[in-house]
Amino acid sequence: MDRKDIKIGVNSLNLYYGENHALKDINMKIRPNTVTALIGPSGCGKSTFLKTLNRMNDLIEGVRIEGEVVIDEENIYDPGVDTTLLRKKVGMVFQQPNPFPMSIYDNIAYGPRVHGIHDRHMLDEIVEESLRGAAIFEEVKDRLKKPALSLSGGQQQRICIARALAVRPEILLMDEPTSALDPISTSKIEDLMEDLKKKYTVVVVTHNMQQAVRVSDDTAFFLLGELIEYGRTDKLFSYPQDKRTEDYITGRFG
Amino acid sequence: MRVRFDEQLKQLSSEMTHMGSMIENAIQDAVQAFLTQDIVTAKRIMSDDTLVDQEQKKIENICFQLLIQQQPVARDLRNITAALKMVTDMERIGDQAADISELTVMMADSPYKLKTDNIRKMSAETIMMLLQAVEAFVEKDRSKAEKVIDHDDIVDDLFLKVKNELIDIIRTEPDCGEQAADLLMVSKYLERIGDHATNIAEWVIFSINNEPLS
Repeated sequence: MDRKDIKIGVNSLNLYYGENHALKDINMKIRPNTVTALIGPSGCGKSTFLKTLNRMNDLIEGVRIEGEVVIDEENIYDPGVDTTLLRKKVGMVFQQPNPFPMSIYDNIAYGPRVHGIHDRHMLDEIVEESLRGAAIFEEVKDRLKKPALSLSGGQQQRICIARALAVRPEILLMDEPTSALDPISTSKIEDLMEDLKKKYTVVVVTHNMQQAVRVSDDTAFFLLGELIEYGRTDKLFSYPQDKRTEDYITGRFG
Repeated sequence: MRVRFDEQLKQLSSEMTHMGSMIENAIQDAVQAFLTQDIVTAKRIMSDDTLVDQEQKKIENICFQLLIQQQPVARDLRNITAALKMVTDMERIGDQAADISELTVMMADSPYKLKTDNIRKMSAETIMMLLQAVEAFVEKDRSKAEKVIDHDDIVDDLFLKVKNELIDIIRTEPDCGEQAADLLMVSKYLERIGDHATNIAEWVIFSINNEPLS
């Protein structure tokens, strides 16, 4: 694989929570402008792995990480890496929509303001562009000053996606982004993921196997901290090569 | 884990076995009726073909239910897809047993000019192929399915033999042309049954293969 075909290179990544070896020698080459789904039973390490991609685990006490995560030829675990800039480049959306208790507009403008943009005209542009990117602009354009928390769960989640887009990231991490949403909102977010990968590289943790099949180009199956199988989604779901993958995706354990 | 899903898959297998034995009996009886010029049995087979069609619908419904309720992937998905394709071939075999019976009724007025040994052999071979193909599906037995596919050449060779015998008859007894054409059709239907059994065996291999077939 050519270097330009790899957006995120994970090399011999190990993670320990104290004595607990939670990620074991993970190697992955995540392709740019694709959606990669991380699947596996609860406690398999998929969310832990997702958080290693923007160093969210740094915030947890007792965590030790070995190995490399290379984004655009830079190991993000090198000393001297600015984690604020890293998290600008690698945005994140969580399971529960978590808009700030402020207006829709201020939610989106929050990140750009933190990064020093205060020009009103420029902020207006960023807010509109981000809301459009998250496929929610038409629904909220007439009430940008209303509290974001007054929106429905599905709308709040798209506000959170817009908020992540506002700092112009390159990579978007999503941790079960639709598990708290109804089927219609879920379907909107899934459609959105298809659009997002044109501009961004998306990595998504999902418990919904059918969602992984629908939205992702590549799938990685984790079990007990190990990466068991990783490859093209259509191949993995029609011809899994490892018996443990087959057993999991066909619901024989999990 | 997945108790109901496994029960539904088991039901699918048993219906496939049932449909397999329905068409196996249909061929067996159709050939027997043909050999003995028994039009009562031949007519029964023609009307019984609707039962085979009903069984096909039943199996298709089980497959649809499985697809909707279980959203199967991997081996399960290939298994159900294969069953959906296989029942089409099985239904065609049922049609051909009925077609042979129709010719039996049409030819009932005069004795056959042809020695029917090779037609008898063809029917024995095709019934065996069909049996093995359905067994291979239920038992997920790849080598059994491969044997079925290899066996098709024997049926094709027998068909050529029958064809040549019929050409000789037409040459020496031009008045028997019509009956010879009908007999050729009978042997052609048997040859097609062999092809359908081969298709079934190929779907079995699809369902158990661990790599996409190129």
